[in-house]
Amino acid sequence: MTDYDAIIIGAGHNGLICGSYLAKAGQRVLILDARDQAGGCASTREVAPGFRMSDCAQWLYQFDDAIVRDLGLEAAGLKVGARKRTVALQADGDHLSIDGDFLRGAGIGTKDQAAFQAFREQMDVFGKLMLKLYRGRAPKLVDANWPDRLTLMKLGLGLKLMGKTNMQDLMRIVLINIYDVMNENFDHEGLKAALALDAITGTNMGPRSPNTVYTYLHRALGNQLQSKGVVQVMGGMGALGDVLQKVAETHGATVRLGSPVQAIVKEEDRVCGVTLADGTTLRAKAVISSADPTTTFRDLLGYQHLETGTARRAAQYRTRSGTAKLHLALSDLPAFSGLDTAALSQRLVIAPTMDAIESAFNPMKYAECGPKQVFDISIPSIEDPSLAPSGQHVLTALVHYLPFAPKGGWEGQRQAVLDNLIEQLEAYAPGIKGQIVASELLVPPDFEAAYGMTGGNWHHGELSIDQALMMRPFPGSTQYKTTIDGLFLCGAGAHPGGSLMGLPGRNAAKEMIKQGAFA
Amino acid sequence: MITSSRDIMLLPTPFHSRVEAMCDMNDWGNWMGYTTPNAYFDVELEYFAIRSTTGVFDLSPMNKYRITGPDAEAYLNRMVTRNVSKLGINRVGYAVWCNDAGQVMDDGTIFRLGEQDFRLCSYQRADDWLAWCTLGFDVTITNESEDLAGLAVQGPTSCTILTLLGCEGLDQLKPFGIAHFTFEGAPMMVSRTGFTGDLGYEVWVAPAQAEALWDQLFEHGREYLIKPIGSYALDMARIEAGFIQAHVDFVPSEEVVRNGRTRSPFELGLEWLVDFSKPLFNGRSALLAEKANGSRYRFAMLDIEGNKPAEHSFIMKGDKVVGTVTSAAWCPTVKSNIAYAQLEMPHGAVGDELVAEIYYQRELHWTRMLAPCRVIDGPLFNPKRRRQTPAPPF
Repeated sequence: MTDYDAIIIGAGHNGLICGSYLAKAGQRVLILDARDQAGGCASTREVAPGFRMSDCAQWLYQFDDAIVRDLGLEAAGLKVGARKRTVALQADGDHLSIDGDFLRGAGIGTKDQAAFQAFREQMDVFGKLMLKLYRGRAPKLVDANWPDRLTLMKLGLGLKLMGKTNMQDLMRIVLINIYDVMNENFDHEGLKAALALDAITGTNMGPRSPNTVYTYLHRALGNQLQSKGVVQVMGGMGALGDVLQKVAETHGATVRLGSPVQAIVKEEDRVCGVTLADGTTLRAKAVISSADPTTTFRDLLGYQHLETGTARRAAQYRTRSGTAKLHLALSDLPAFSGLDTAALSQRLVIAPTMDAIESAFNPMKYAECGPKQVFDISIPSIEDPSLAPSGQHVLTALVHYLPFAPKGGWEGQRQAVLDNLIEQLEAYAPGIKGQIVASELLVPPDFEAAYGMTGGNWHHGELSIDQALMMRPFPGSTQYKTTIDGLFLCGAGAHPGGSLMGLPGRNAAKEMIKQGAFA
Repeated sequence: MITSSRDIMLLPTPFHSRVEAMCDMNDWGNWMGYTTPNAYFDVELEYFAIRSTTGVFDLSPMNKYRITGPDAEAYLNRMVTRNVSKLGINRVGYAVWCNDAGQVMDDGTIFRLGEQDFRLCSYQRADDWLAWCTLGFDVTITNESEDLAGLAVQGPTSCTILTLLGCEGLDQLKPFGIAHFTFEGAPMMVSRTGFTGDLGYEVWVAPAQAEALWDQLFEHGREYLIKPIGSYALDMARIEAGFIQAHVDFVPSEEVVRNGRTRSPFELGLEWLVDFSKPLFNGRSALLAEKANGSRYRFAMLDIEGNKPAEHSFIMKGDKVVGTVTSAAWCPTVKSNIAYAQLEMPHGAVGDELVAEIYYQRELHWTRMLAPCRVIDGPLFNPKRRRQTPAPPF
């Protein structure tokens, strides 16, 4: 009766990973995507002739090694660069370099150096526990069954084994904000700001917003993985999408691009397939959505097909974002004041102080574009010359914060905001303006339009404690199941969340196989 | 909108001036924020007015919501457990609605006024829930609670009195039917519904017509022994007739704070209202699971020996407490001692013999009585006139 065992909506990294695991386990899998390219946010786009850029995500922080191993991604051609240092650019040109456990420059004292090592050690302890929790389904607290009880017991034991101080610290800080935690630990403003930037990337939160310690821990998880930090994908992030597509197909999944899903089809009381934009209906035992929860429940299924409580939770799911992206095609390598050319290939951040980040956040809260933003910059063409014509370069930067819907709309002020961002860069890299061959600003609604992420939120919904772990995306639709038979979630809106980890896709596949979703 | 000369906490209903004038007992209660009489002159005599002549009950404090729009039927079908599509225009249906966990939030009546036009009468204020339920539906919800005044006109002579008032041909109206008339030049809606289990009607007018309606009703009804009735008399009648009441026989699930204190439709004897052939309604999957795995409680109607109402009694099977009583009354017409009980499964099947532990006192002397009781199959009071069309003349 069914065309497939599983139809996966979205050929983003999670959809492809979920599909690969399922196909590997012998299921007949179809992966559909509206775009002509697989990979979703793992995407490379030719922004100007000969200049290719990671269009959405630019760094790989925490892609799970287990997936690389399980699916043989390296053999399939996945190449990542060397681990990046983070260089926090300072106005006076004495820049701060963060390399693993070591800090250099910017007058960092021994006190901060020691504090940083202690901080990293503690984050490693927390990160190890978190990774365990991230690699399986999040346990339910109410109506728990034995596997969930076991997970909770292991979690409790893990907390206990951290030792009293660590456990107390985790409990104490996990719900507060990164601003206070940074101030508690460090004196150096540039260091505090560079670390705090990790906590707010892709979110709708400022350093002083509650929940930013959780998002920091989420980001710091990368330290537990093989890469131990930030890397770039050779060929741009789209290469990851291509490899994942290839792997999915090798395992027997069908990937159909340029096929937007119009609706999830519900017959009687269960989901039985999808309707494509061309009117075709495809049937499957399970429909697995890697689209964000709002798109899944509101747009593809429709709130009217849900019970009121679920519809309400879906409607209240928070999915705003203040992350924008600046794309520059450059005729030459830019020169940043005080920075060695050798350091240009590293991760460069412009966030002088935490207050500067918070000040960039404030206007966004009121739907305004502030005068100053903070930047997380990559010049990937240094390590990977294939991205630009010979001798020329591409620069991409994550920019915080710009509102989804500014007063007056985007069209009237897009150019002015772009010019202002370039002006801000010029202050650190004099002459960069003259090197610009092409420039582009992507704002949250652009990401929503291009990648279907509601609100332009990179995590498919704010990653805050109330929408995390056993509550992701919301109670009743956790553990990759929804309240409707036959409909599952495998995207970043499911546990453990976004950031090109691949774990939602992997966990969903494993969980569905275990639960006999295709029986 | 009812205005008052000063800031008072309980509101008067549109009939208040008339109600107050007839409330000889001056015994008032708080019904959902409105001041309403518990009794007018004598609870037993008021009760007998319902059963022998006509009793008039002011039900204006009921919450009334108008639900209109292209998706109105689908909206209600998703909200309530019964199938609203089967409800014809100018028909009324009793309904319960549940939260996602299949626990009863409230019960009420749905009046179908048109293809895309419904009125929901609920016991609880439901503005927030009704608003949340609109997600995904093209409907408009209007709270009409203060725009409509209502009287329940219940009893054997009710049809005759209302006909004299101008409701021509009312005897042809079937149970749960709706008829529209004009009163004082304004619309008056009459439905053959009620909470007494007797022949009876509910009459709905705008607040501006309320006092005139009351006056003319009592004028035309004088010879037919029309009497106002308070909530105590109504309570006796509804227990005799087998109707449950929110806050008495169940706690609306949104108000429950303690785990396990909510009830499903199955646990309230309302299985007949649950239509699983509908692909979706709030609580459906939870109720399917309950149907498969069994309920925690059973709602039982008990016929208890003796004449001491088993109010708040424990119900025993041997030495074991298996449940408690939620409503109890000595029912004068059927001359039976009736109680509603929530019994732990598997107790409470029709015919089960149980014991009610009844406490009563006479002049500070308390007596404990173990009264044998039996689970009965439905209300003992169920007169033919309740169902007959044309309504028999009295």
